[in-house]
This record gives sequence, C-alpha cells and structure tokens, in this order.
Amino acid sequence: MHELAVCQALLDEVERIARAQHAERVAAVRVRVGVLAGVEPELLQRAYEVARAGTLAKDAALAIEDSPVRVYCQSCGNESAARAQRLLCAVCGDWRTKVVAGDELTLMSVDLVTADRA
Amino acid sequence: MCQDCGCSATTVEHVALVKPLLERNDAEARHNRVHLDAHGVMAVNLMSAPGSGKTRLLEATVCALRGEFACAVVEGDLETDNDAARIRRHGVPAVQITTGSACHLDAHMVHHALHELELDGLGLLFIENVGNLVCPASFALGTHRDVVLVSVTEGDDKPAKYPVMFRDADLVLVTKTDLLGVLDDFDVANVERHVRALGNPAPVVAISARTGEGLGVWLDWLRGQCVAVRGVADRPVAIHGSI
Repeated sequence: MHELAVCQALLDEVERIARAQHAERVAAVRVRVGVLAGVEPELLQRAYEVARAGTLAKDAALAIEDSPVRVYCQSCGNESAARAQRLLCAVCGDWRTKVVAGDELTLMSVDLVTADRA
Repeated sequence: MCQDCGCSATTVEHVALVKPLLERNDAEARHNRVHLDAHGVMAVNLMSAPGSGKTRLLEATVCALRGEFACAVVEGDLETDNDAARIRRHGVPAVQITTGSACHLDAHMVHHALHELELDGLGLLFIENVGNLVCPASFALGTHRDVVLVSVTEGDDKPAKYPVMFRDADLVLVTKTDLLGVLDDFDVANVERHVRALGNPAPVVAISARTGEGLGVWLDWLRGQCVAVRGVADRPVAIHGSI
C-alpha cells in the first residue's frame, strides 16, 4: 500500500504550488495515472481522502484520469494499444517494443482559489 | 476582501502543470546517483517477493567476489537487522534500514544509508529492497541496475502478474533452482517467455546459491555491468578493512 506515500508526495507538491501562488486554498487536483504506473487509482483516491485533511487541499476534489498503454514497435515502426501484462506489437507481434504511454504518474493541474485584490 | 461590501470575493485559477508526481523522490534518486558515481561505485537494486533468496544470494555473491570487488550492502526490511547481521558475518559492511510499516525503500532512506557507508574504495553496492513485488517498482533509488528475483516455488508466471516490476528489470534471476527436481509445475523457459511479453530483453538466469549453479553467469553479468557503468574493469579496489 504505497499509495499513501504517493499521495503525500502529491499533497506536498500541491501545497507548495498553492503557497507560491498565494492561494487561499485548492479547489481541485487532477492527476494522470497510467495502467503501468504501479498505482491503483481507487486506493490513491481513498488515501487522498485521508491525507488531504489539514492541508490547503482539504476540500479539493481529486480527479484521476487513466492512460491506456501504447507501445512503439522497434521492429515494424508501428504504434499500437497493448495490455499491461502483454506489451507486444499489435501489428506484427514482435516483443521488441517501447512503452510510449500508460506508465505516467503525473500531476496535470490544480485549481487555486485566490482572494481578489481590491 | 472586497472593499465595497465586505464580501470575500475570490478567483479560481486553473494552473496546468504536467509534472511527475514523484518528482521529489526522483530528484533525490538523481542525487544518490551523482554521489555513487563520484565514488566510482556501481549500485544494484535487488527486488523480489519475501523469501526469494535475496540475502542468501548476496552472501554467496560477496564471498565469491572477495578480493575482486570491495562490496557493501544496504538491507531494507520492515523490522529486524537480521539480514545486515548475516552480511556482516562475512566481513562485509552492511547498513540496515528498518522501514517500520513502509513497504518499499525510497531515495531519501537510501540517501541516509549512503552517508553511513564508507564509499571511498568501494566497488559494488547492493541494495536489498523490502520483499515486495509491487511497491518498490514505483520508487527510483538512484541505483545503476535493477535485478528482480523469482524463486522456483513462486510460479513461473510471476512476470505476467507483476508487469510493472518485471518490465524494467535489467536482469531476472530464477532462484533456488536446486528445488526444480521436486517441482513439476515450474519451467524457467516460461519465465523468459513472460519477460519477453513485457517487451523486456533482460537476460533470465537460473541460479542456486546453495549448489552454485548459475553463480558464475551472475558474477560475469556483474563484472560486465561494472565495466559499462564505471568504465574500468580492473580498478584496484581494497578488500574492505584490510588494504
């Protein structure tokens, strides 16, 4: 259950950004979690509900977007969709592939609430 | 606050970022790598399920490399320093990290452990991660190579079940092969097939720390990687504590 550690890293970064922008609080957080990132989105969501308490993001919803796996085939040069445990080229079947999407663990955006300056 | 009526008027600003979520760990891992490179040390991260024989393999390895490489070991466990004590019995320095409830090592823990070691004159550093095929895969440590072990009692489809761990391995060791004679459901070729299905060209080596089968292949792999990483094959190294 390393999702809590991932979540704490996420909240540290979100708070750092919020403070740097002089935000009062954070309204929303969006992350992208690839199937091959090694992080379970449901567990991350649940860990977040606990870990956000007492932070500037205590009321901020967490949106998790997924990222399907895609591989580039070094043999035939095509790009195709793949499953996590079978990263073969869907065009020629070769195993000499590189993952080009689906392993991301990325902070995409934050919505910051800032007081209007009069 | 608004000066006309006293309401607290606020603006919501959308900030697009697109940055790695574990950036702080990655930065600390890069720092560890710089530290290791500055001392000419190659570091290997050993990962596997609990009980796959990581410590036993390390004991056999440091003994076999005595006089050739000055070795040290960082041991990661939830509790006890039993594994570090096993390594120290062979006259090899070992630092134990006890993680408490944490299921993986991270770059920060390893950074602290590096400061407890005398890196000058060291050639090879092994980091034995917490026994776990899931969590350690997400945290870079700054090591040069990742080695994943799977013992023959675990099932030959482990790479398919734990793709995140196995797809990035630089070497897969199938351990405890001395037990193959009493097992009828483990085929080393299947491990290799599943590793290839993850697009991974890593060698798959059958090894037994008990009988010594495959140990030479593993040691030669380490020697080859040392040349690749450190750029020298025969850098004179001290046997720790003596020369």
